[in-house]
Amino acid sequence: MLNWTSPGKLKAKGIIGMNRRNIRYIGRYNSRKLYPLVDDKLKTKLLAQEYGITTPEHIGTVSTQFSVKHISEMLAGHNGFVIKPAKGSGGKGILVIERVEGKHFIKPSGAELDIEDVERHVSNILSGLYSLGGSPDVALVEGLINFDTTFAAYTYEGVPDIRVIVFKGYPVMAMMRLSTAASDGKANLHQGAVGVGIDIASGRAVRGVQFDRSRTDHPDTGHELASLQITGWTTLLELASGCYEMTGLGYLGTDMVLDRDRGPMLLELNARPGLAIQMANGEGLRRRLDLIEAQTEERSAAERVAFAQHHFARQGELQEAPAEAI
Amino acid sequence: MSRLPFYLIVALLMVVGIAMSIHRHVEFEVPWTPGEQRQVWEIEAQVTFDGQGEPAKVDMALPSSQDGFRVLTEHTASPGYGLAFLQENGARRAEWSTREAVGDQRLYYTAQVLVTEGARKATAPPPPPPVTDVAWERPYDTAAQQVIDRAWARSSDAFTFARELLSEFADDRQGENARLLLTQFDRVPLAVRLLNQAGVAAREVSGLMLDSGRRRQSLTSWIQVYDGDKRALFNPATGEQGKPDNLLMWESAGNAVLEVEGGRDSRISFSMLVRNQPAAAAVRSQLAEDSDTLLNFSIHSLPLEEQALFQTILLIPIGALVVVLLRVLIGIKTSGTFMPVLIALAFIQTTLLTGLVGFLLVVAVGLVIRSYLSHLNLLLVARVTAVIITVIAIISIFTVLSYRFGLNAGLTITFFPMIILSWTIERMSILWEEEGPKEVLIQGGGSLLTAVLAYLAMNNPWIRHITFNFLGLQLILMALILLLGNYTGYRLLELRRFKPVTED
Repeated sequence: MLNWTSPGKLKAKGIIGMNRRNIRYIGRYNSRKLYPLVDDKLKTKLLAQEYGITTPEHIGTVSTQFSVKHISEMLAGHNGFVIKPAKGSGGKGILVIERVEGKHFIKPSGAELDIEDVERHVSNILSGLYSLGGSPDVALVEGLINFDTTFAAYTYEGVPDIRVIVFKGYPVMAMMRLSTAASDGKANLHQGAVGVGIDIASGRAVRGVQFDRSRTDHPDTGHELASLQITGWTTLLELASGCYEMTGLGYLGTDMVLDRDRGPMLLELNARPGLAIQMANGEGLRRRLDLIEAQTEERSAAERVAFAQHHFARQGELQEAPAEAI
Repeated sequence: MSRLPFYLIVALLMVVGIAMSIHRHVEFEVPWTPGEQRQVWEIEAQVTFDGQGEPAKVDMALPSSQDGFRVLTEHTASPGYGLAFLQENGARRAEWSTREAVGDQRLYYTAQVLVTEGARKATAPPPPPPVTDVAWERPYDTAAQQVIDRAWARSSDAFTFARELLSEFADDRQGENARLLLTQFDRVPLAVRLLNQAGVAAREVSGLMLDSGRRRQSLTSWIQVYDGDKRALFNPATGEQGKPDNLLMWESAGNAVLEVEGGRDSRISFSMLVRNQPAAAAVRSQLAEDSDTLLNFSIHSLPLEEQALFQTILLIPIGALVVVLLRVLIGIKTSGTFMPVLIALAFIQTTLLTGLVGFLLVVAVGLVIRSYLSHLNLLLVARVTAVIITVIAIISIFTVLSYRFGLNAGLTITFFPMIILSWTIERMSILWEEEGPKEVLIQGGGSLLTAVLAYLAMNNPWIRHITFNFLGLQLILMALILLLGNYTGYRLLELRRFKPVTED
């Protein structure tokens, strides 16, 4: 069997499958009643502000079809913005406008939209097109993230974000998601974004994947991935770990982003984080999760990060190259 | 967190489900496969007598379910007569009555009797009380005593005694004593009398030799001999022990087969016919008395229309199981979790090929129209409603067109669940816009594959038979699905997905 592996080999690697994730981790550690906190991005945002966790600038909220017509007033003065459904999932329904030129709204891909297109998008969001189960939704308008230019060469159009899996408050695995032409500027791996595994100890790249297959460079910019190094890594991990106290969810995917001016910010939380992070790291989650499950000691966020950085350190598999000035 | 209660529930469901199924199989002879053929005898008894112009009462013995036979249904045709079925001492009887019977009277009784395998605990009448004082006139007393003594000397118990005694009267080796006795007495009552005199409980019983296509048959007499709790049937002509396979006991309580008051020249004659019919159909026509307890809880007790409805409803868990298997064990993506089951149900009505073609046509045309609707900037509910109307229009047009072209198969397209189809189109359209045509193909293909597999499972004659006839299966399915819901292993497609990780 050329393209298939055996369950034994996967088990030896500690890979976790969908069923195990659902039953053993999400089902056991994520209480249903806490889901609304993360499924509704507006709630997450308000909660994060309460816990002092930085989030992107909040421009406004559209909650009624009536106010859709007034969205141009809300957008006035903002050169770039992001409109997202509060209850969207999997990156669906997120509209990124990089800049506004007169009456035209330019997407990162260069496509131009009219105000009608934007209004229709917002209207779709409100009627629940992108929300789970089609329930009525609210549209969030946020400021554009000025992402750290260090990553400019590693990404195409979109903002690279960092997914950290936080298990019982411990950061267990991380990856950076780089948008590509194939992913239409979105940072979702199943849409074609490149995932780069990040060493929990150092913030350095470990390994890259696209469409579940290994990669050593970015498909669009051609830049090699090995030199990727995240600055302020420990701060970012501590921020991510703090989301455990904030939400109470035991198995949590935190999506962080590095802003040029404001540092690490919480983009959104996910109570059902995907498994592709294992591919990006070339390692299964199983052993790390088992180790955390065995911990009984109460620790603060900083202690948990130190614990994780000590135990989950590893060598990059990509060619170790000196960080180039970009 | 203990999983013990969970496994206990699963085990309980399994055990109860299997026990219910086996109970139905054993107790009601519901076969495991639909193709099994069973023999059903159609027996008609005709009672004739001359009415005397006065009140008449006809009392006839009826057969009961017994070793090798089960009475399925019975009917009578007797215009002008009141009818009652009586049950006394484990024997069933029919009693016809009328105020005035004039001239030639004909009463009909028909029974459908299923040939079954294996023994049944038939409600046999108790053995007759021993008769000790048997009086004979001279010279028969000596002859009787000698016959008894001879047989007694050559036997060891009641059954061998009966055999030896009857062989004394067998045609080819009748002794002088036997011949003498037969001049005065009928063979069967004589044998019973002799047996009783020797202290052996015995009675005369009547049975019908089943032989297909025979008419104007009469019952034959047999001798039932008791030895304590055991009993055996003897052929009075030959002394052979044992009941022939094709002998249906008609009267076994020692009563008269037919008693007529207020009539003369009463006769009873039988005609019979054997049919082979699917065992499932034979089960369906069982007497209502068999299914009145909770344990025999059966769909068959419902009116036919509801039965047909349930036949479909009971298949849904099978389709759902296919979906669970494909999603949990294989990892196939479908558009809408149980949409494929509904599509599969539609396929059952339309047949597979027509269904597939129809589904693809409707969805493809729907997607084209939906892509136009998306330019109109409509609210979601209004847009889906517009899609629903479009789907109905597409289905109507295809139906009319196919009818015009003489394709009757096209008419069945109306069985598609239109609202579900509309949502499918809506979802696929969004998927197309967001993730591109590839994902639409993956999810659409996954849904169709699941629907086809669910259809194949639900349309399988054996599965249809089992789900409909064994309600216990639903509990087994429940247990299986609970177990699958507990499966933490890898999905088949994950073996492919995670392959690169294991390579280095």
